[in-house]
Amino acid sequence: MLAKRIIPCLDVTAGRVVKGVSFVELRDAGDPVEIAKRYDEQGADELTFLDITASSDDRGIIFRIIEQVAEQVFIPLTVGGGVREVQDVRNLLNAGADKVSINTSAVVNPQLVADASARYGSQCIVVAIDAKQTAPGKWEVFTHGGRKATGLDVIEWAKKMQSLGAGEILLTSMDQDGQKRGFDLALTRAVTDALEIPVIASGGVGNLQHLADGVKQGGADAVLAASIFHFGEYTVQQAKQYMSQQGIEVRL
Amino acid sequence: MVDIAVVDYGMGNLRSVQQAVRKVAPGANIIVTGEPDVIASAARVVFPGQGAAPDCMREIRARHLDRVIAGVVGEGKPFLGICMGLQVLFEHSAEGDTPCLGLFQGPVKRFASGLHDAQGNKLKVPHMGWNQVHHGDHPLWAGIAQDARFYFVHSYHVQPSDAGLVQATSDYPQPFVCAAARDNLFAVQFHPEKSAAAGLQLLQNFINWNPV
Repeated sequence: MLAKRIIPCLDVTAGRVVKGVSFVELRDAGDPVEIAKRYDEQGADELTFLDITASSDDRGIIFRIIEQVAEQVFIPLTVGGGVREVQDVRNLLNAGADKVSINTSAVVNPQLVADASARYGSQCIVVAIDAKQTAPGKWEVFTHGGRKATGLDVIEWAKKMQSLGAGEILLTSMDQDGQKRGFDLALTRAVTDALEIPVIASGGVGNLQHLADGVKQGGADAVLAASIFHFGEYTVQQAKQYMSQQGIEVRL
Repeated sequence: MVDIAVVDYGMGNLRSVQQAVRKVAPGANIIVTGEPDVIASAARVVFPGQGAAPDCMREIRARHLDRVIAGVVGEGKPFLGICMGLQVLFEHSAEGDTPCLGLFQGPVKRFASGLHDAQGNKLKVPHMGWNQVHHGDHPLWAGIAQDARFYFVHSYHVQPSDAGLVQATSDYPQPFVCAAARDNLFAVQFHPEKSAAAGLQLLQNFINWNPV
């Protein structure tokens, strides 16, 4: 049976892994290559790197990090942040990424998703959606790290991205991100039920029950978390054992 | 002397395959190439691929790799297909109604949509993630536990006409063939280069494999 995936997420800037609350108050969590190796040893199913570097001068750093990780870690690697054109997708894949995550640029230029998936295959195109609740059962897409409203409905947007060739959706609740209160389960359920492609739940994990809830209540195909792993609260292996005890199929 | 050629026909990223082969064969001369002569000269051939079947077959034919692949397989060289490198070895793919290489008999079909697992959750297409592989006793499974998990990403699956070709199956939710083999030819639907220890073991077994 197909296992639900657990994906540690590494937010990278200036060559370091950092983690903040709702995209601010950044805290240093260590060296990305060392952290990636540790999560691989703990049994992570995939790794996601988000380059949150603001300055374009420093954008070369992420390529060197991905190259080093890809030489040593043999699980799928997703990289996102600052992907604006098909050439950016190509450069990240050549550096060793298996999937590339597109967020703001998908809103600015939806054709990028179509072009990139036509050129490199849907399997390597992840569309990241940052969602904020606007009313019960309604969510709006935000871009630019959650700062800019788009007026787009999350469900409609996710369906459009699927039709343009996205292979997977990385769905982050901006309301929950960094709050450690758990995923927005209604959001996760609404999006996963609306799509044929896999959905990764993200934003808000504070304990292992939150991960299990994302799968059992949210219906997520994969769950993503950062700070509970970075700061040593739990290992990936502990998370998997906990989920297994809850009757969730995982790769142990 | 080229020890291992990784066939490049412009479909997808081959760096992961190259890195993983290098990991299990550190001293080997590994070349990622689309040159027919170089592929033909290699002792072993790895045939990966991503993307859609029509694009893959168009690129393979445009580069005259169909003849080279048939040639190295016919010469008895160890040959490993991965993902689309499994599917295009069959006769025909439902993806874009595409005639393929026909080294294995049988079609390639899409997973049905709208299926659910035993818990009532919708089964997504593509089939993406780590699934259990029920395998036979081919030398490429040496040291790999029964029902070990490998990483998959695909929407289509092969249906060999001859059950004797089947070297492994997985379930989604019905059993489907995820490895096929004959003589010096072995091909898998999953990505050994992204399947952690089990995947590296399979690649190591391929490097050590001397089919008779």
